[in-house]
Order: sequence, then structure tokens, then C-alpha cells
Amino acid sequence: MPSLIRHTLLGRMLLVWSLVIVATFADPSPAMAEYGDVVINNYSDAAGMRPVVFPHWFHRIRFRCKVCHADLGFKFKAGGNDINMYKIIEGKYCGACHNGNVAWSVKNCILCHSGKPGTPIQIHESTMQELAVPVNTLTNKK
Amino acid sequence: MNRLSKLMLCSLLAVLLGTPMISAAADNQATKKKSSASKAKPTSAQPATAAAAPVAAAVPTPEPAASAPPVQQYQYPTRPAIAGGANPFNRLLKVARRPHMPPSEDEIHDPTNEGTMILQQPLDAYEDLPKTETGLGNGVHWVKALDDGNLKPRWERTDPGAEPMVMDMNIVRVPKSSVPDVVFPHRQHTLWLACSNCHPDIFIPRKGANQISMAAIILGQKCGVCHGKVAFPISECKRCHSQPKKVAVNGGGPVKP
Repeated sequence: MPSLIRHTLLGRMLLVWSLVIVATFADPSPAMAEYGDVVINNYSDAAGMRPVVFPHWFHRIRFRCKVCHADLGFKFKAGGNDINMYKIIEGKYCGACHNGNVAWSVKNCILCHSGKPGTPIQIHESTMQELAVPVNTLTNKK
Repeated sequence: MNRLSKLMLCSLLAVLLGTPMISAAADNQATKKKSSASKAKPTSAQPATAAAAPVAAAVPTPEPAASAPPVQQYQYPTRPAIAGGANPFNRLLKVARRPHMPPSEDEIHDPTNEGTMILQQPLDAYEDLPKTETGLGNGVHWVKALDDGNLKPRWERTDPGAEPMVMDMNIVRVPKSSVPDVVFPHRQHTLWLACSNCHPDIFIPRKGANQISMAAIILGQKCGVCHGKVAFPISECKRCHSQPKKVAVNGGGPVKP
């Protein structure tokens, strides 16, 4: 009887520890992108392009918020601006600067379309992402 | 080995099941010996002590002590939870700093994309910029960088010399709870933003017209349109809740001006 208890105890211990170890290592490495990085994936995945990663930190070093969010009409909503390449080439949204004059031109596709395929629309490390909607439950649709 | 394995199992199960670990950990070794002895002999129907009660309830083996659940007694803490008397605000809610990974390793950029390697790395850009105390978010004190002249972002898209129209007006908001009052500085915001960014869509420019709560902010409304997304994160409580509450002499609520 004691040997049976010991056996079951050891067995349970092994089971619990294996669960702990699995829980520790099963979760893939979380994304460690910069605070405020926006992934825009309205049409990219469907069009066979990598999603766009917009680094806020990079742009706010060079421009104040007002330039894009007041003058160029970017709404404060990730994925909410319905940007496509036609508008950009016409000089709207990103195309207001990325025209070869203010910043490098839209011919450098891979500098913007640099995200991992399938990455959902998000503002990285935002409260909405961390508290309300886990990343792995987000879908690409809207 | 037997006793050690049992102790490990008991401690692990106690942690997993959320039972008070203090009663199992803080007691002396004699009590543990007694409890382990009582478990080693399941046929002896001796009454379990208060210290062994949560451990015995946690072990899922069919034994007589578990069938008759003993009364769990609350163990009063013998020392205060926070040493040093008064509770320093928010000291238990420190958030780990995040590494500012290069784009190729940040798990969002595709490392197989050639363009990813060309992109600037955050730490290279932050080198000359002042840092915040907490290091949360970008870890950069963006407003201080503007004030110190480390940063000269353009106010107009094509005009490097354009200067913003800065409005220096503070607005004090008194929260209902006991947190310090909020001082909203227009100056720091008009350094970055135009009036139309916030007014009137997000904030109605009239006193008392805006109901703001932390719940709304966390859900991305009001201040949370920027803070918690791009501007400094809401875990930097003290940067907004920065003014001590004025408390009446009788210890009542905030004094109305």
C-alpha cells in the first residue's frame, strides 16, 4: 500500500511537473516589437504582400503627430484609414511624403511591407491588445 | 526521498490550488513531520491539526482524513504585508522593461524580408534621447527631448522651420477616488498636436463636459486614444496623477475651490 501511494504520488508529481514545463515552453516567443508599432493588414495578405509595419517611434522623431493626424487625415485607428497603393501613389496618406521628395519613394516596397505574413492589424503593446483582446484571437478581417 | 517528494508535491499542489501557502511554509519542521507522518499512516484516524488541514485537503488520495474535511482556520499574518509602514503608491505594480529589439528579431517584422535589415533599429535612434524613469513604452521621454532640443521633428510636412502654436494652460481634474489629482498640461500636447486632433471629437472644449474614466482610457477612448497606444503608457500613473489631493481638515473629500 505505501509503495502504491508512493508510486501514484511520484506519478502525479511527474505529471504536474511535466504540465508546468509544457506551460513554460509551449507558448511561442511573444512579439517584442516597439511600443506603438502599427501593423496594417487591410489588403496586404490577400494581395500576396507582407503586411505593413508602421513604426510610430521612427516617424515621431522626424515629424510631430499633427503632420499626419491633422494635415494628412490619418484617423487615430489602426487599420481604420482604408489606405491602398492607389491613394498612396496619388499622394495621399503615406504618399504625401513617400514620394521621393520628403522621404524615399513607394518603389521601396519591402521597407514598408516587411511584416510577417498573417500578422493581424494591431497597435503593438497597446492596452486594447494586452487587456481586452489577446493577439492570437484577433482576425485579419477588419 | 519519500518525505522530500511529498513535500514538493504538497507545496506544488498548494500553489496550484491557491490554498494559503503560509500555513504550510511558515510552520516549523516538527509540524511538517507530523503531517507527513499522519499521511504516511492513512489507517490512523487521528484528527488533523490546523496546519495540516489545507495540505490534507489538497492531496487527492482517498484517505479518511480527506473524507471528513477538517475546519480550516484562518492564519492571521504575524507581520505586515509591506514593511515600512505606509504603502508607497503603486510599488507592487512595477512592469518589466521591454528590450528594444532590432526589427529582424521583434517577431513582427519578417526576418526573411531583405528590407527588414535596412530598417533603423530603435536603440540606435534612442541613443541621444532622454529616457523615462520607468522605461515603459519606448522608454524615451519625448517631451523632454523636445524641450532639451535633442529632437526637432517638423511641424509642417515640408517646412523645417515652422513652429507650433503652443498653448500653456493646465487643467486640473479631481478624480472621485483617492488617487492624486490629474493635471492636464496643454503645453506638452500642443507641442505635438493641433487643436483639431482632440477638439471637439474626443474632448468637448467646455468645463465639465467630458466624463473620463480609467476604464474608458484602457479601452482606447478619451486619453486612451493616444496614451496606451503611442504616447506614454497608462502604467505611468504619476505622470498624469501628479498633484496631491487637497484633503479637508476633517479628513473628508476633496476641497472644492
